Amino acid sequence: MSRPLPPAFTDWFAARGWEVHPHQQLMLDRADAPALLLIAPTGGGKTLAGFLPTLAELSDGDHGGLHTLYVSPLKALAADIRRNLTMPVTEMGLPIRIEDRTGDTSATRKKRQRADPPHILLTTPESLALLTSYEDAPRMFAGLSRVIVDEIHALAESKRGDQLMLSLARLSTLAPGLRRVGLSATVDDPKAIGQLMARHPDPVEIVQADPGPAPDISMLETETPPPWSGGGGRYAIPAVLDQVRQHRTTLIFHNTRAQAEIFFHHLWLANDEGLPIGIHHGSLAREQREKVEAAMVAGKLRAIVCTGSLDLGIDWGDVDLVIQVGAPKNVKRLVQRIGRANHRYNAPSKALLVPANRFEIVECQAALEAVQDGDLDGAPRGPGPRDVLCQHILIAACAGPFSADDLYAELTSAGAYADLSRAAFDACLDFVATGGYALRAYDKWQRLQQRPDGTWHLRDPRAAARIRMNIGTIQDSDLLKVRMKGRMGGKPLGEVEEAFAASLTPGDTFLIGGQIVRYEGLREMTVEVTRHAARKPKVAVFSGTKFASSTRLQERILEMFRQPDWPALPGHTRDWLALQREVSRLPEHDRLLVESFPHDGRQHVCAYGFAGKNAQQTLGLLLTRRMEDAGLHPLGFVSTDYATLIWGLDPLREAAPLFARETLRDGLDTWLAGNAVMKRTFRACATIAGLIERNTMGARKSGRQATFSSDILYDTLLKYEPDHLLMQITREEALRGLVDFGRIEEMIDRIGDRIDHVRLDRVSPLAAPLFLEVGKVPVVGEGRERLVAEEAARLMQAAGLSA
Amino acid sequence: MNALTFNGESLVLRPSGALWWPTERLLCVSDLHLGKAERMARRGGALVPPYECDETLERLDAEISAMAPRRVICLGDSFDDGPAEHGLSEAHRMWIARMMAGRDWVWIAGNHDPGPVRLGGEHLAEVRLGGLVFRHIAEADAAPGEVSGHYHPKARLAGSRRPCFLTDGCRLILPAFGSYTGGMDADAPEILALLRPPMKAVLTGPTPVVFPIGP
Repeated sequence: MSRPLPPAFTDWFAARGWEVHPHQQLMLDRADAPALLLIAPTGGGKTLAGFLPTLAELSDGDHGGLHTLYVSPLKALAADIRRNLTMPVTEMGLPIRIEDRTGDTSATRKKRQRADPPHILLTTPESLALLTSYEDAPRMFAGLSRVIVDEIHALAESKRGDQLMLSLARLSTLAPGLRRVGLSATVDDPKAIGQLMARHPDPVEIVQADPGPAPDISMLETETPPPWSGGGGRYAIPAVLDQVRQHRTTLIFHNTRAQAEIFFHHLWLANDEGLPIGIHHGSLAREQREKVEAAMVAGKLRAIVCTGSLDLGIDWGDVDLVIQVGAPKNVKRLVQRIGRANHRYNAPSKALLVPANRFEIVECQAALEAVQDGDLDGAPRGPGPRDVLCQHILIAACAGPFSADDLYAELTSAGAYADLSRAAFDACLDFVATGGYALRAYDKWQRLQQRPDGTWHLRDPRAAARIRMNIGTIQDSDLLKVRMKGRMGGKPLGEVEEAFAASLTPGDTFLIGGQIVRYEGLREMTVEVTRHAARKPKVAVFSGTKFASSTRLQERILEMFRQPDWPALPGHTRDWLALQREVSRLPEHDRLLVESFPHDGRQHVCAYGFAGKNAQQTLGLLLTRRMEDAGLHPLGFVSTDYATLIWGLDPLREAAPLFARETLRDGLDTWLAGNAVMKRTFRACATIAGLIERNTMGARKSGRQATFSSDILYDTLLKYEPDHLLMQITREEALRGLVDFGRIEEMIDRIGDRIDHVRLDRVSPLAAPLFLEVGKVPVVGEGRERLVAEEAARLMQAAGLSA
Repeated sequence: MNALTFNGESLVLRPSGALWWPTERLLCVSDLHLGKAERMARRGGALVPPYECDETLERLDAEISAMAPRRVICLGDSFDDGPAEHGLSEAHRMWIARMMAGRDWVWIAGNHDPGPVRLGGEHLAEVRLGGLVFRHIAEADAAPGEVSGHYHPKARLAGSRRPCFLTDGCRLILPAFGSYTGGMDADAPEILALLRPPMKAVLTGPTPVVFPIGP
């Protein structure tokens, strides 16, 4: 059923010599579908495809009030789309009003938008959640006809997406018949995204745009081979500069902010011609980032060193090459990054991979093959998180009295919450209303109270303002600005995490914004630094998000290991793998390889779990605990995405008992409780669930003693109510996130009792690079005490004394 | 244990954050902020775990059992506000009464709890004893020997931030003893304005550490 465009549109397209793409026409044809998902590569005219039906429906000028709501994860994108849409609307003379609404919109404008909404409103998930919290939301959204969610693949992976889907559930109640449209980059499982975005159990129609020609992707050839270990890809700088010279604009992606900083620093040192190169990442001050973005749009930059901060969003300049430094860790993200090059439809994107070390050559090769096979990785996210649900209940209460039955029915129409039991919902409602403590201390001061008619409402209406101030799921409260000392009001250089700032002592040097600075002190929540001329920073790393290599990619590596030879790999890497096969064996998918060997006076154990960095780290903690109990005196360990290496005083005789599921589970619970990861996770969940109000910088600056640390609340709950709802949420989340126990369990399922313990008399080729890894974790235990005692005895003996 | 000679008197700064004056058998704690959780709830804020009174009283009880003081001074802000005192549960009232039995007990008025306390004991603006004066907020021109609270000082050492005592020899500022209390950095301008160098901080916690602070 083809639906023609109004003549004004066809004329406008024709005047430009443009044609409506097939997928844009399909979106028009299926505009009546209750849920419609478009999967299109970058540069495919995705946004216009989303908006064409809206523009066509509004072109007759008959619609009053809000017609289409557009939601994007980026504020900048909302503003950019407004500009891009306004152009054709003005040129065609369409009677359509378009406005954006984000955290940056002025208060007067926001007020007016609620009283007199535009036809098309462009916003973010947080601003939308806030809009639904007002009493007048039913009036504002009554005539809403379409909602377009852009970059839905990115939202689908985070709590921001969960919150958005709950808001959509609300909107569907306020505007029955509301049609939902999702716009997504290439993903592994479009159906899964469709189920998240559709009103449960509505079907979703999926439109697949022509994916365009296969990308032109290869490994960057360098004169020097990559080092055995480490990250950052410094060895490749001459070859990278060479590529920058040969292209118009190159995006150089890194996995962490710290690595981007270090690479940028060395790139500048080697940049003798002074090519204009910029840096862009999430820790830089907004002013700095905007400067780089403007220079990019103006075509003034030849290269930009960046991180995930450039994964999403608008076309910035004429990018014709993407370089990924370090293993991509995740095939889906790699494909999306590659798409940043050549934003022209039907032109192949060009990309180069730069493995940072020898093992990453293998991983890059596996990723290359996965991209060629279109084999994308995806991890199911599991049920909708309950902390977001608690916030949603608070938001509902702000809008007015609600019935628990209605709210439950409404929110289980959101895909991620479709399986939420009534009991689980009631527990969340009880938490929001009373705190949910065994000690019913707040009966007089409940946050929500039930009226005789059964509806719930805010006991103190003034609470609504405070709840609204805390809407959102993004955690950014613990960042501190970095400024040059003595320049009050000067431009900040960027931001660092509070924990990183706390680890510095005056005199330490670190990299930020591409320059080395010296830490001077902390002053009113600002890190003060001075310029420093050193070539090498003393503290190189500030923590960014460390993401683990995906399960699918690890599986592909293990598949590769089964080949008799590896003609696709460089010679040195082939030899390395062949030698490993000869002296020990290569890890296999359904077995666990454990090597033990002496080295440098210590006993070593290496377990190749291929479970990703976070899980291998947790495995290290659990195994060393077990080894301590078994009297093996472990001293420390180090983890990568594929293995954990442990060293200690006594050799491991029997590997199998260490890996029994029950044993590992046992250790986990005790170890978790006191862990810093738990406290950090608790803070995030408690803030989202409304137990902690975000610290406003103003209050902290004035030195108020009123705010106390979330750690106190965690410790109190752990002592008095370890099974409180928030503790359950925290545990659930830590297991999925930083602790990643899920992947350890996955590994145990995979290997069963097939554990190959290989005893060697020296280090194996595959284990060797682990010795050079940074991030070693010391084990505090008897082993260390014994070392001290032995050293003391040695000194006594050397002095001719006896104990 | 940390011994301190302060304006001629020998004092002990306890790891718990309490001050012990052996010759007077006097125990002094500051800023208990009892009822803070209830006050937050009453004002429409978050419903935090309601165990802060138990936690604080448990620690105070432990100090009293350990030292068997003849006199206890609560140095102000013992209650988070007037209604918080009235909102105490019967069990908590009994607990406090049990601790007060058989000893002198002074509630110093704080900015959070200026009104009279109905739990018995004396209610005073300040107490002078020997070479010392006990009041809630340090006064600008105080004579040497002033013991006060109010600021909830905390200090950072080797990456951890803990409540601390502060002194410059003339004044002694106590950390907050209450569980749900935040803190102010020891080098905040408000605190630095009160103390004269050289000043030192004594951290609470298992290992009492003394170290110099200052700009």
